[in-house]
Amino acid sequence: MALVLAPEAPVEDWLDALDAQVERSPAFFEGRPVVLDLAALPSTQPNVAGLLQRLHGRGIRIIGTEGAHPSWQGLESWAPLHANGTRPARPIDVPDERRTEQVLPASSQENNSLLLDQPVRSGQSIVFEKGDVTVVGSVASGAEVIAGGSIHVYGTLRGRAIAGLTGNNRARIFCRKLEAELLAIDGVYLTADDMSAALRGRPVQAWLTGEAMMLATLDGTEERKR
Amino acid sequence: MTTVLVVTSGKGGVGKTTSAAALSAALAQSGQNVVVVDFDVGLRNLDLVMGAQRRVVFDLINVVQGDAKLAQALIRDKRIDTLSLLPASQTRDKDALSAEGVERVIDQLREKFDWVVCDSPAGIERGATLAMRHADAAIVVTNPEVSSVRDSDRIIGLLDSKTARAEKGERIDKHLLLTRYDPVRAARGEMLKTEDVLEILSIPLLGIIPESELVLRSSNLGSPVTIGNPNSPPARAYFEAARRLRGETLVVSVPAQRRSLVGRLFGRRAVA
Repeated sequence: MALVLAPEAPVEDWLDALDAQVERSPAFFEGRPVVLDLAALPSTQPNVAGLLQRLHGRGIRIIGTEGAHPSWQGLESWAPLHANGTRPARPIDVPDERRTEQVLPASSQENNSLLLDQPVRSGQSIVFEKGDVTVVGSVASGAEVIAGGSIHVYGTLRGRAIAGLTGNNRARIFCRKLEAELLAIDGVYLTADDMSAALRGRPVQAWLTGEAMMLATLDGTEERKR
Repeated sequence: MTTVLVVTSGKGGVGKTTSAAALSAALAQSGQNVVVVDFDVGLRNLDLVMGAQRRVVFDLINVVQGDAKLAQALIRDKRIDTLSLLPASQTRDKDALSAEGVERVIDQLREKFDWVVCDSPAGIERGATLAMRHADAAIVVTNPEVSSVRDSDRIIGLLDSKTARAEKGERIDKHLLLTRYDPVRAARGEMLKTEDVLEILSIPLLGIIPESELVLRSSNLGSPVTIGNPNSPPARAYFEAARRLRGETLVVSVPAQRRSLVGRLFGRRAVA
């Protein structure tokens, strides 16, 4: 999975906001390839190469840029995607060699859904880009489920659930018991700290309204937007 | 039919070696032929816990590398003649273990014993993966605290993916052994509840071993608690766990809080 970062002018403010976000969830960028979408920067932006160096200094692994203005200097070394011209600002699928373990579909009934009838254990990473993932069991703390579509967990969700990977903002996350470390839909994410205590331990669904993640209990008695 | 049993946990210090020794001794006392193999190459402890440290000549590495015969390295327990130990090397490290060599040794042990108990090192690296590699069943040793439970969960994932059986598409039996269970702290809510641990790990419970200074004292004396203090609560819990391993169905008893009269009179004041 690749994340897309889109710096905005003024760059200093944007970097401050980024730092604040990294501080909230320090491991968020760990091991994840990042594509930098520079299209939002004005063409008069000075020292873009310096910006890339500063992101690199924060431990963010940039694998390419897109939307760069032709007049900018010093981007050659970051250029693999830039050379291909612009692309939609969507996560781009890149094999992640740092993943320790990939669990292959145990019983994939159809092409566009993956059913797992075993708990997802700590350290396991389930990646299914083609569609929905259903887990009949729990997702442990330190495990992650990444789906192109929605994620359904018929146990306790204690790890990370990342839905809508391929830019599907209608994807949702459902779980029987919410104890998640992180929820993400189409790049919008919420860490455990930001989730309402009233929703902990309850059956919950998460969805996107615009750029905001919404959470509600499945019986509708408790609703919180982030 | 031999069962190769790995005693594992991920986290260190939860009681793997103590439990491997106590369970092996309990199985052996029921007449089964048992060998317990120390896979913690470089940090061997099992010989001390079993009281055999002065009798080690050859070790697992010597046998794996073909420098000694298996019969030369096996140490028979002086108290229980159906119990043997294959010690680890203290001077080498885990890189000295080869996958082929371990497989050969395990195959040889299968021919001689009813139970091959592999005492895994902590961690998820080479020593631990080789210890679980050929297992038919696993005992996951867990303390009722969050870090131990998460590490155990990780190990269960590895048992389901990295063992020879898993790679053939077969299942390996996994049992949860909850150790260092302190009834007093459980009553105060300072430990994870047994049902929470079971809910998180979702594997069957083999037994609950109460925290007891007898366990440590026995280890220091080189005598597993099931040999040194067979009537103590932890030893009884290990004996019951051994019977469950052999297929008996026994209700798991949760150690209750037992306070002496003096403790009841003055316990509160001591806390305050």
